[in-house]
Amino acid sequence: MPVALEMPGVVTHESTGQTVLFVEPSAYLGAITALYGAGFTMCADLTAVDYLAHPSRTLPAGVVAQRFEMVVNLLSLSARERVRVRVQVADGESVASLFDVHPSTEAMEREVFDMFGIRFEGHPDLTRILMPEDWDGHPLRKDYAQGRIPVQFKGTAS
Amino acid sequence: MTTIDEREPIVSAGAATSEGGQELLSRSEVSQKALMREAGAVLRMSESAAAALEQVQGDVGEDQSMIINMGPQHPSTHGVLRLMLELQGETVLRCKPIIGYLHTGMEKTGESLTFLQGGTNVTRMDYLSPLNNELVFSMATEKLLGIDDDIPERAQWMRMLLSELNRMSSHLLFMATNGMDLGAVSMMLYGWREREEVLRFFQKVTGLRMNHNFIRPGGLAADLPVGWRDDVLRLLDMLPERLAEYEVLMTGQPIWRERLQGVGVITQSEAIALAATGPILRSTGLAFDLRRDMPYLKYREVDFDVVVGTHGDAYDRYAIRLNEIRESMKIVRQVLERMPSGDYRIQNKKVTPPPRGRIDESMEALIHHFKIFTEGFKVPEGEVYVAIESPRGEIGCYIASDGSSTPYRMHVRAPSFVNVQCLPHMMRGGLVADAVAVISSIDPVLGEVDR
Repeated sequence: MPVALEMPGVVTHESTGQTVLFVEPSAYLGAITALYGAGFTMCADLTAVDYLAHPSRTLPAGVVAQRFEMVVNLLSLSARERVRVRVQVADGESVASLFDVHPSTEAMEREVFDMFGIRFEGHPDLTRILMPEDWDGHPLRKDYAQGRIPVQFKGTAS
Repeated sequence: MTTIDEREPIVSAGAATSEGGQELLSRSEVSQKALMREAGAVLRMSESAAAALEQVQGDVGEDQSMIINMGPQHPSTHGVLRLMLELQGETVLRCKPIIGYLHTGMEKTGESLTFLQGGTNVTRMDYLSPLNNELVFSMATEKLLGIDDDIPERAQWMRMLLSELNRMSSHLLFMATNGMDLGAVSMMLYGWREREEVLRFFQKVTGLRMNHNFIRPGGLAADLPVGWRDDVLRLLDMLPERLAEYEVLMTGQPIWRERLQGVGVITQSEAIALAATGPILRSTGLAFDLRRDMPYLKYREVDFDVVVGTHGDAYDRYAIRLNEIRESMKIVRQVLERMPSGDYRIQNKKVTPPPRGRIDESMEALIHHFKIFTEGFKVPEGEVYVAIESPRGEIGCYIASDGSSTPYRMHVRAPSFVNVQCLPHMMRGGLVADAVAVISSIDPVLGEVDR
């Protein structure tokens, strides 16, 4: 039974048999709170994707693609259901923190900040979590070089 | 040239970036709201309970407490977990886990490996349950390919066999480390000994003790070797006796009970709010196990119990893991009875390389084999999240594909990463000696926390 959330700024969609809600950044916190009320009490996972190198991805009508996409996986323990919330975030924009609804997102939002540089409004302790605090850049961005070990032999293609 | 007096204080000098340092700040630098947050006021505690905590907090002056580091190099931190503890005497007032010492950018690495190579990467995250990591990655890939319903029966039962044996080996290692952390040093040897028996079976099946890359998109790398049934039966006959010895050594012992009962308590609502899964969630009395509640593979067809606790303390988590070994043995026995014959991988030309014999005969087969292992196979555009029950809780894999042969983004929802967040909450108000018991009862694998 797919979850339908009748709210402005929310588009319900299906991806490989899983329910996906596309939510406008302005409706993000409200949608998560409404889902919390509907039984989705556990925020299992929160991550992001940088679509810089893949701008032509398929999105349902009415959803404007942005560089970043936040992906929040919610779990209802009573109904045994999952729902995935996807939020389009433009480069340099900040998002509301889910900390007040789901305290579990504390470390996850720190990881997203560390890896993608997305800022979360209202996060209690937005610092780097995996990288050293004096690190430059955000490694999981697509314009961040992967790094390589220098090749010792001449004439090889890098 | 700067003199010593002109230098900035160390605290702010450490914060080279605008977001500041990761360390636990001293009491005078933290607002009352932040203290309340750490006291758990946001974890939907009742107002009166939160107010009572605030009074305890307010009584402590800066000069009465001290902040110490535990780890990252400490045998009881299960790797390189660093905890900053604020102590008043022997009581832990606040705690902050600091992670990232083992971060090697595995999610970034995953973006440049093909879906066939990806298994070698994810298997190294939770190195105590590598087969579960491979399983969740393979299942996510198969779902994107749209072949998740076509995986042969035998492959599914084999995956279940390996996954359950892996749960046993992981929990046996927990028995060993938990024993050692609490001073039952001989338990360390017994736990490793039994785990080694399971790993010996893995070595026979996959060729490796750990980091197998055996479960692959489409099925498994090879069939089970001749005589596997006897090996598993030998294991199943040996373990009950050994587990009974553990019970004698630990479960009933007054010292063991004193060290664990009532230590590191977490309530059900707190566990849900902190997204704790696995034995931690079940120790609070909530019977939630993905194998039963959102079944995958053939778990619908086997009979097993979900073990739950009542108090949410370290003792419950120990007892749950011990009994989960028995439940896994129950499942393995049923797998032995019901293992069907047939193919161990899908016969789909797109993802399955041709058999060795065909390569000698046919040029096309040789090219096909070469293509699959060098270029990999293309996976349709889309994104998917698949979660299974690992020994530590819900391990999830989120893959976004852009239609090429490597994942556009590969994210692993690591149970340990989320569970470590429970530490400040479990430790608050406890003794520093119990901190070791609490870390041990979370059973974190730092390879997975840091990825």
